Amino acid sequence: MFEVNQLSLAIWLPIIGGIAVLTIGNDQHAARVRVVALLVSIATFLVTLPLYISFDKTVGEMQFIEHLRWIPALNINYSLGIDGIALLLILLTAFITIIVVISAWQVIQEKVAQYMAAFLIMEGLMIGVFSATDAILFYVFWEAMLIPMFLIIGIWGGPNRIYATIKFFLYTLLGSLLMLVALIYLYVKSGNSFALADMYAVKLNLTEQIWLFAAFFMAFAVKIPMFPVHTWLPDAHVEAPAGGSVVLAAIMLKMGAYGFIRFNLPITPDASHSLSGVIIALSLIAIVYISMVALAQTDMKRLIAYSSIAHMGFVTLGLFVFNKMAVEGAIIQMISHGFISGAMFLCVGVLYDRMHTRKMSDYGGVANTMPKFAAFMMFFAMANVGLPGTSGFVGEFLVILGVFQVNAWYAIIAGTTLILGAAYTLWMYKRAIYGAVSNDMVKALKDINSREGFFLLILTLSVLIMGLWPAPFLEIIHTSVDKLLTLSAVSKL
Amino acid sequence: MMDDMKLIYLAIPLVCLFAALIAGVFGRQIGRVGAHSITVAGVAVAFALSLYVYLDVIAGNTFNGTIYIWGVSDNFPFEVGFLIDSLTATMMVVVTFVSLMVHIYTIGYMRDDPGYQRFFSYISLFTFAMLMLVMSNNFLQLFFGWELVGLVSYLLIGFWYTRETAIYANMKAFLVNRIGDLAFLIGIAAIYATFGTLDYSAVFASVPEVLGQTIEILPGSEWSIITFISILLFIGAMGKSAQVPLHVWLPDSMEGPTPISALIHAATMVTAGIFMVARTSPIFEFSETALSVVMIIGAITAFFMALLGLVQNDIKRVIAYSTLSQLGYMTVGLGASGYAASIFHLGTHAFFKALLFLAAGSVIIAMHHEQDMRKMGGLRKFLPWTYITAAIGSLALAGIPPFAGFFSKDMIIESVHQSELFGSGIAYAAVLSSVVLTAFYSFRLMFMTFHGRPRMDQHTLQHLKESPMVIVLPLLLLAIPSVIAGALFINPMVFGDYFSGAIFVLPQHDVIGAIAEDYQGKSDLAVVFSFMFHGILQPPFWLAISGIFLAWLFYIRLPELPGKAVALVKPLYSLLMNKYYIDEFNQKFLANGTVGVGRLLSKFGDTIFIDGWLVNGTAKVIGYFSRALRPLQSGLVNHYAFAMIIGLLVLMTWFVRIN
Repeated sequence: MFEVNQLSLAIWLPIIGGIAVLTIGNDQHAARVRVVALLVSIATFLVTLPLYISFDKTVGEMQFIEHLRWIPALNINYSLGIDGIALLLILLTAFITIIVVISAWQVIQEKVAQYMAAFLIMEGLMIGVFSATDAILFYVFWEAMLIPMFLIIGIWGGPNRIYATIKFFLYTLLGSLLMLVALIYLYVKSGNSFALADMYAVKLNLTEQIWLFAAFFMAFAVKIPMFPVHTWLPDAHVEAPAGGSVVLAAIMLKMGAYGFIRFNLPITPDASHSLSGVIIALSLIAIVYISMVALAQTDMKRLIAYSSIAHMGFVTLGLFVFNKMAVEGAIIQMISHGFISGAMFLCVGVLYDRMHTRKMSDYGGVANTMPKFAAFMMFFAMANVGLPGTSGFVGEFLVILGVFQVNAWYAIIAGTTLILGAAYTLWMYKRAIYGAVSNDMVKALKDINSREGFFLLILTLSVLIMGLWPAPFLEIIHTSVDKLLTLSAVSKL
Repeated sequence: MMDDMKLIYLAIPLVCLFAALIAGVFGRQIGRVGAHSITVAGVAVAFALSLYVYLDVIAGNTFNGTIYIWGVSDNFPFEVGFLIDSLTATMMVVVTFVSLMVHIYTIGYMRDDPGYQRFFSYISLFTFAMLMLVMSNNFLQLFFGWELVGLVSYLLIGFWYTRETAIYANMKAFLVNRIGDLAFLIGIAAIYATFGTLDYSAVFASVPEVLGQTIEILPGSEWSIITFISILLFIGAMGKSAQVPLHVWLPDSMEGPTPISALIHAATMVTAGIFMVARTSPIFEFSETALSVVMIIGAITAFFMALLGLVQNDIKRVIAYSTLSQLGYMTVGLGASGYAASIFHLGTHAFFKALLFLAAGSVIIAMHHEQDMRKMGGLRKFLPWTYITAAIGSLALAGIPPFAGFFSKDMIIESVHQSELFGSGIAYAAVLSSVVLTAFYSFRLMFMTFHGRPRMDQHTLQHLKESPMVIVLPLLLLAIPSVIAGALFINPMVFGDYFSGAIFVLPQHDVIGAIAEDYQGKSDLAVVFSFMFHGILQPPFWLAISGIFLAWLFYIRLPELPGKAVALVKPLYSLLMNKYYIDEFNQKFLANGTVGVGRLLSKFGDTIFIDGWLVNGTAKVIGYFSRALRPLQSGLVNHYAFAMIIGLLVLMTWFVRIN
């Protein structure tokens, strides 16, 4: 009984918990709200752990399958199941949500219950996205999870939050609608089924595949985001509160890549192969062009947002060269980027809480007054730069090794991130953290407290463990990647 | 037995890492004494164990094994493991010995620095990184140590992070190194694509099988895969070992505290590239093109960096340029297939160059942090121990027998002389002429600093005194190998078969074998003497003597000469003072250029084109149509949102329940 419903539990526990938090009510009970929210997020993480423990690494098929009829008339089902790739992303989601709840402890003082509830409900919906094996269920979770994010940016965001929210909304709306059209087409083609497995099996000619690929691409490329549909991300990040940025960077961006893995590659394998050149080109542009744009930024959050786009370029590059090492590298990069970008945004959040500015020129010499913080941020900066021993290295290394086997030039161009990534990250560090104390505000800064130290330390350990010993992460995805590559290698023509 | 040794191998780097973590994380709790006690103890243990391993290797025990599997991808297990052979053991002893000396010296040198514990943590972490680099048995771990060394170097150059020059220099160092690292990483990818493994022994064993393979880098130009890999690896080495044009970071790295200049930017980190090429000799040997490139780059570095050493007035910068030039020597030696000679010079250079830097540090403390030699002079009376040890270091650097540098440098020059590869002629001319320059700038430094009349202000003059024991002791301990290491090791290490299992040389490239023929069957002592007598009859010795003589002439006998000489070759002088304008070119064109392009792309690409035309343009069109529909909507996003989400939840639970 318990085993059957594990995934549902992971989805609905935080959603129900979030609603419960809402019922506790207004800010007079903020302290209680925080404790309950933390307990819910920890409980959800504990619920996801058995998934990892009893996961069978030797099979590439979906596991923990649940199946309930939902709308029989349209053959829409509440079907869940995960493979190793989804499992890692679910664990990441549950882990990051705890961090986000802790990070909001003192920072959010208004509408605390709504804030916490939004994150908890979003957590459940995101886990739903990663575990849905019915296309409509996937679509529902996919759309629903955006709502809390709009709210988080729109309510707790910065001065320009409305512009950012609408831009975010417009971008994603466009893609989502096309995805829905594609799903309906596939429903018809596959003999009235929304089950992903049926969509994998259906025969499609190349024209159909290319149209379907394009529709899915619009939905997922926006989310990753890929060049040239990336400009919503810096705006969204800049306006979002720290917690929103963390979830956005750590998990939501991964949904786009996850969509490629679940939809484009297995459903339209021939189109994926024939259009791979385009995706690779866009990925390489993301790495080089976006890195150079990052160099020009003066706002720390914008810079990290651009850095995220560049790092996600490695993910799409790795996925579309159809080499096992590169695909595994791409997936590892997704998880690692969750830790590192989350940590980087939290670091900026720590500074923002104290100085209420994100501009590098307002800082300078922070290391003098916040040495512990400076040490943490140096560590995450180095992880962002992909230093071996941190998780940031693993994905980039595997992708470069895999991609080189396909084309040396792809690897060389992608490799420029070694230089450009170091340039924008360390230049930011130099301007904001190093140097002599630049003004009285910096002089008055207080170093991180134990709560901030705690979540930065947890993330540090995660980044280190994954960097020094990625084996357990890789083990989980081997068979799932094999399955994915098999599906994407079989022609549907 | 084997497992015991494995534990010892593991303990050597880990004891340094452990000490670094304690000193770094609990620095405040354990205090200054605690921090230096634990790190000095850690490195001392590492040194003692390294010596033990060294003796064990000499006794014939080598090791090549896995410690743990880092990760498996595409069925290939990436491993972390150790390869312990004569090359590794030599490096381990050199690294831990110099590191130990620097640790002890730092107790005195950094006494008043508020970042005392942090500094000890960094240098211990550095020792860990360097040990992981040299002990690796595969390219992945080599790259790990390689990058970690780069990180610690970055942290240490920027140690005094409130100084604008320091944080400029450390970023520059990191970025320039990363250019090399990019090539190195691509080289590793090429190795994996070619051999299907990153394990040294497996790669080296199958090099002869892939000799015919080519790679088409540009349409129509086919490269031998071995040449391609070798050159990429060498570009990586050029970054760390500061070869032209990736040398620009090293002089600026003198912004870090002096003990670091000794440990990292003279004795160890910069030798990583030399070590790497020697370690991968089984690859380089099969590409004469790559060997020629190595030799020519090395020759350029040796000669042109020595020229720059002539005009520097900052005592540390003279030594920094001499380091660059000496690294050029080692590189030339590698290109000539005289790997053993280069490693030999790497070792002796580590001792005498660390000595020179630490002696310079002793001078700098006595001078109240004045580094300009024009404000020094006559210091030998006040700093006798520093003077004697610096003199030993300079004689070794200049290559005067019987000091250590004479043997190792002569071996390199002889190797190049023997080489028949393309470029060996130019390289021989470069290394010969650099001998004069080396001797000249070394003794220019000695004469300007320690001889002549004192030129400092009265206050400084009155407070001049010899540094404390904790600083002098490392100088003395480094002076010993600077004198004897050459004579002691030339026969067993270079002429013997000491490196035979670790370094691979093709018979047609065996320059050292050709030199060794003259010394066959002699005892160690006889070899030393005949090598010295032979050397005294050769041009390098006399060039060195004439360099010293010229320095004496310029700076002691006729002090007005330098001014006249400068006036005579004004354009050349300003070319040298501006370091061939390479820094300016890099800053103006490469750094500013890249940032400028970034700003353009940000403005025109992202802001004007994508956002302005595509996104907002679309929004305007949609806005136009939506005005008609507006009355239907309340316009509050959160109303919709909450309605949607609640509706969704109700709907889903309901469906789930009725089924």
